[in-house]
Amino acid sequence: MSQRIDHHPVLGSLGDRKQLSFHYNDSVYMAYEGETIAGALLAAGVRTLRVHEEKGTPRGIYCNIGHCYECRVHVDGIPTVRACMTLVQEGMQVNAGSLLPTPLKKGGHHA
Amino acid sequence: MIDLLIIGAGPAGLSAAIASARQGLAVRVVDEFYRPGGRLLGQLHEEPDGMWWNGLDEAARLTETAKSLGVEICCGVSVFHLTQSQNGWVVSTTQGEMTVPLLLIATGASEAAVPVPGWTLPGVMSIGAAQVMTNVQRVRVGQRGVVIGVNILSVAISRELQLAGVTVDRMILPPSTTVSGTAGQPEAVMQSLLRVAHLAPSLMIRIGSKLMRSPWMQKLAIALYPSKGFSMWDIPIQLRTTALEIVGTSQVEGVRIARVAADGSPIDGTEQVIPADFVCIAGGLSPLAELAAIAGCPFAYVPSLGGHVPLHNESMRTPVPRLYVAGNITGIESAKVAMAQGTVAGLSIAKARGKLTNEQPLSDAIQQVKIVRQHATIQFHPDIVAGRALVGQMTAEWIAP
Repeated sequence: MSQRIDHHPVLGSLGDRKQLSFHYNDSVYMAYEGETIAGALLAAGVRTLRVHEEKGTPRGIYCNIGHCYECRVHVDGIPTVRACMTLVQEGMQVNAGSLLPTPLKKGGHHA
Repeated sequence: MIDLLIIGAGPAGLSAAIASARQGLAVRVVDEFYRPGGRLLGQLHEEPDGMWWNGLDEAARLTETAKSLGVEICCGVSVFHLTQSQNGWVVSTTQGEMTVPLLLIATGASEAAVPVPGWTLPGVMSIGAAQVMTNVQRVRVGQRGVVIGVNILSVAISRELQLAGVTVDRMILPPSTTVSGTAGQPEAVMQSLLRVAHLAPSLMIRIGSKLMRSPWMQKLAIALYPSKGFSMWDIPIQLRTTALEIVGTSQVEGVRIARVAADGSPIDGTEQVIPADFVCIAGGLSPLAELAAIAGCPFAYVPSLGGHVPLHNESMRTPVPRLYVAGNITGIESAKVAMAQGTVAGLSIAKARGKLTNEQPLSDAIQQVKIVRQHATIQFHPDIVAGRALVGQMTAEWIAP
């Protein structure tokens, strides 16, 4: 079942929308024009947008309106872009945030 | 050259833009979201008269009106600093510096975070996040989930999730901690719920809410409260159940819950894990006021308005020269109040710019805020009027009436 709400009892139906394709990490995904990165990925069943920089535990959207920065991703090489505030563009390359080296920490990991 | 910069393209900011542009001011509105409307976007509820309040339509109407009056609306622009200059403000934005004589901050509110163990798992989000994903992005946040935190906003949005085909398994309380405060205590939550009971479709709840106005009746209701709770729109609301932990490995798989005593403390031996593929946390709203603080505005702490609010008078003027505020930054209320306040701010700013020849519309608009507040469908707090009066008194020490 599609996660998209094409028909809504009060808000009505979504009309024909232009399809776009974009990359998230190594995969290609489809989005509709007007969808945020967070929305398009959620519709495709992708909830993890990065891992915690130090602990490596998964993170996704939290506030969805730009306040919390939990959904920060890399877009076309630019870091700390909010997936909830950024519309998908054709051919966009989105990358999840990854673990950062913690070489000075006891038991930490190296790059 | 613009006369007025408005930060925030929500109901207050757009209404202010319209009111001031009608008086001949050149106005620019900036907002960091990708489309105008602020938190009007996604609002959807049935009014007691049976009409639907559709925030998307309201946002479109305000945006079109503002544009037709020549207002420039710049989306995707974040403001991160403000400095006073000799003749106004220098506003630092992600699109560079903007210099402007008069400034209106209409940044709205943010959701208070209520930490619950496991809340960083993907699939856990704020209740407002679910609203935007559902009604604006039109993507389901899951199939069946749990809402932690029972308040006016979370009940309204749970109904919106249901309309979109998403099942809310139940609504329960957050763990009772110093952070969650009274939101984890069944009695306090029951009292706040009674103020929205008139929105419930069930006659039983409407009648019940009238019966339970007295405090001892509420205590009795909690004591006798059925373990299954009650339902609004068939969504179970369980005031005697608390969330202990959100569980899952790579994403949400369920919630560990327990029954609680009337004071919110968990009852031994009642723990269980219920399955869920999403969780929404509802901590209530607070004014989003950092920019007013950066601007040097004095504040008041007023719990009935949602927390710290910048001082301002009835004309939405702050004690800081050339700085105005409107909307939820001044206190948590409905979008209709924010719109009425925005109109006041727009006219007040036009007056400051020497463009308001007749002051009657301004005093009418100030009166209109009070009328809208009185008739608001959703009362966020019973002591709003007293809170507003306190802010007015404190501001009078700074600004002569």
